[in-house]
Amino acid sequence: MTVTASAGLSDLRSFLHGLPGVDKVGVEARAAALATRSVKATSKATAIDLAIRMVDLTTLEGADTPGKVRALCAKARRPDPADPSCPPVAAICVYPAMVGVASAALAGSGVHLASVATAFPSGQAPLEVKLADTREAVAAGADEIDMVISRGAFLAGDYNRVFDEIAAVKDACGGAHLKVILETGELGTYDNIRRASWLAMLAGADFIKTSTGKVAVNATLPITLVMLEAVRDFRERHGRVIGVKPAGGIKTTKDAIKYLVLINETAGDDWLHPDRFRFGASSLLNDLLMQRTKLTTGHYAGPDYFTLD
Amino acid sequence: MPKSSKVLESGPSRLTVRKTYKLYIGGKFPRSESGRTYVVDGDNVALASRKDARDAVLAARAAQPKWAGTTAYNRGQVLYRVAEMLEARRGEFTALGVPGSEVHAAVDRLVWYAGWSDKIAQVTGGANPVAGPFFNISAPEPTGVVAVVAPASLLGLVSVVAPAIVTGNTVVVLAAGPQVAITLAEVLATSDVPGGVVNLLTGRYAETAPWLASHDDVNALDLTGVEHPELAAELERAAAGTLKRVIRPGAATDFTADPGLRPMTALLETKTVWHPKGY
Repeated sequence: MTVTASAGLSDLRSFLHGLPGVDKVGVEARAAALATRSVKATSKATAIDLAIRMVDLTTLEGADTPGKVRALCAKARRPDPADPSCPPVAAICVYPAMVGVASAALAGSGVHLASVATAFPSGQAPLEVKLADTREAVAAGADEIDMVISRGAFLAGDYNRVFDEIAAVKDACGGAHLKVILETGELGTYDNIRRASWLAMLAGADFIKTSTGKVAVNATLPITLVMLEAVRDFRERHGRVIGVKPAGGIKTTKDAIKYLVLINETAGDDWLHPDRFRFGASSLLNDLLMQRTKLTTGHYAGPDYFTLD
Repeated sequence: MPKSSKVLESGPSRLTVRKTYKLYIGGKFPRSESGRTYVVDGDNVALASRKDARDAVLAARAAQPKWAGTTAYNRGQVLYRVAEMLEARRGEFTALGVPGSEVHAAVDRLVWYAGWSDKIAQVTGGANPVAGPFFNISAPEPTGVVAVVAPASLLGLVSVVAPAIVTGNTVVVLAAGPQVAITLAEVLATSDVPGGVVNLLTGRYAETAPWLASHDDVNALDLTGVEHPELAAELERAAAGTLKRVIRPGAATDFTADPGLRPMTALLETKTVWHPKGY
């Protein structure tokens, strides 16, 4: 697949470097200003349910066992067993080795099954290994693949290699959705994040995702703002809608609602849907459930009444 | 003239530095999340909201496991240190109108509880004689996070906080008498008491106490400072929803009397262990 064929561009490098620079001070001030919005009462209840439906409930630990993955799948189907009106989460996100277990546990639930692949989290493996990793995960039942880009190649300016890798993984995904992890904490600048977003979208990503959750800097509001602008501009230009997934470090309902405000004000309410926006998180879900319980019962909830995971 | 100005020396040559009495949450002195203040005896005092109470519970919960895991001996030392600092600030409290004898009584009360830290387990726990090949041992453990509606006096405040924390609980205190309470918070903040072990909120307890009484993450409720029986009964009913321990002594508690062990034992849960014994 060539750049010209997929994007109608003569040269990937000159296109990416021709993107307007990001105003660092401006984007941070804008994100901070939007984060001060107050969302109350019925709007808050709606926001919490939407956020729950957007959660990619994630466990990516070396210590993951089939039992833990099954427990998490049960939680994904019925996050709050005490309240049947609580919606299920969007997806479960696991390592490829756990896809078979999760696939059986989620059968018939409508909850998607995402698997990280392509030598997650470093991405430092030969292309053949990454493709085999992806095919195995899809064959085992994953309908969403979270791949990592080769940050080393991207930072070295080898954009064509990154492009070709994403395109090859997209090919290996078959019918599965492809989320491309940019690992923004390792890209250094907002300009790089904007370029990496466009690169991933041009190469065929269905979602662009901020981080693996394995490095010091994870999802932040300004980074997500830059990515939301990229998907908005990409739709204007190419007509294709790409989703955004911030991951790592989003732990409270307050944080999640800040992201929802950001989506609405940046990309528009078309993106306020689990098919277009996801939260990569694990501890966030319990906080959402506690806030939800507070709204329904009228008193503050405590962590003793929710599962440990 | 504000009450606090009696604490400070002022003269014609300089402007006095007025003090705003803020909350004490997680070892810090924040303003109320709501931004509200009220005036007590001429001083500006933070008026705590239900969200401040919620934040205080989070701080107390975060601090509780580590505080309970500290050795009893060490907790005793910390309480003794509080007594030392209170003694050193005696003048500040007398200037706020607390009688000197009451400050002394409060210091003595702290030293008394400090001494109990490593003895209470021996008095309330121990080996039980059982008919079987088992070691059977009972040991008291802290209840957890305790919400306290405190009485107005310094001695009363110390008499409800000290027994709760000496055994490893952490507290969220709704304090009356804000100047005295926050000055005590300054004593605690300089006494090696870890942040979050004691959290003091000033304001109207009738507004915040119901949120603490019904809070799922609060384990016990001390209603010593509640003056109205109807409100106390209402709070007890709210606390029943999560089976909280509730302490509700009589209205006119005499804090100068020997408190006995009840204030400590009321906030302890007994854990009994059956351990098989081999021959």
